Amino acid sequence: MKSAVLVFPGINRERDMARTLKLVSGHEPAMVWHAETSLPKGTDLVVLPGGFSYGDYLRCGAIAARSPVMDAVRKFAADGGLVLGVCNGFQILCESGLLPGILMRNAGLKFICHDVHLRVERSDTPFTRGYNAGQVIRVPVAHGEGNYAADEETIRRLEGDGRVLYRYCSASGEVGDTHNINGAAQSIAGIVNARGNVLGMMPHPENHVEDIMGCTDGRGLFAGLAAHLERAA
Amino acid sequence: MKARVTVTLKNGILDPQGKAIEGALKSLGVEGIASVRQGKVFDIELPGADKAKAEAALKDAADKLLANTVIENYRVEVLS
Repeated sequence: MKSAVLVFPGINRERDMARTLKLVSGHEPAMVWHAETSLPKGTDLVVLPGGFSYGDYLRCGAIAARSPVMDAVRKFAADGGLVLGVCNGFQILCESGLLPGILMRNAGLKFICHDVHLRVERSDTPFTRGYNAGQVIRVPVAHGEGNYAADEETIRRLEGDGRVLYRYCSASGEVGDTHNINGAAQSIAGIVNARGNVLGMMPHPENHVEDIMGCTDGRGLFAGLAAHLERAA
Repeated sequence: MKARVTVTLKNGILDPQGKAIEGALKSLGVEGIASVRQGKVFDIELPGADKAKAEAALKDAADKLLANTVIENYRVEVLS
């Protein structure tokens, strides 16, 4: 696994992400500054970490989505490369057009920072193969704008094509309004693009990967990616 | 030349911030307010005097960055 972590001004989760990628894959990721116009040769996974790029000015992720490195990411994704965006990374992917829809202000208006349960909807994707379909995992969220919204047709297509990979749920896997922390359409926590090689998700799996963190449920996502890329290599 | 781009949420898009402001106005006792939707205003200065050219540039700016047309509408006005 030769991953690249994009670094935008104002993000703050890039080191958590780099640490997790190293821990799970054994390979140090490249840190790529937003002003770069290309990705390191041989990159097979691009990660957009969380934080507050450009202070969330204008709209979350809006300005980062227009930075030079994103043209390289668009090309990388068009060639089938794997792209993972977490939290602000998800917002940037939506703003850049790599994923449909947008992340709106949480329905309850509050910044939400605690562990949540997610239901893994399917296991036959590079982003979920470390889990079983229907498995419930516990990972933290930390966001003020995670309320996924898109037009009805887009939501229908996402559901119809099985592109919702992670959904907010109860500890036992029930999905419903009481477990939908931010009011997201269809309790959506993570979606992929039509081709299935770009995932955006609000929760932070990279923060639940070591025993010292109290939970290692997030590890499966990265272990699955590493296994997928190893097999492809 | 001075211009203004106004960005507003499309109909049907939930606006939690607008709702909160609406609630705050009610609790302040401001009467006669039926509903509030929050938007953004960009005051922009442009060189030159070509109105059509200015409008084209503003529309380009709104499409590329100022508005997210998934959820927002925008209006471009050249003021002077």
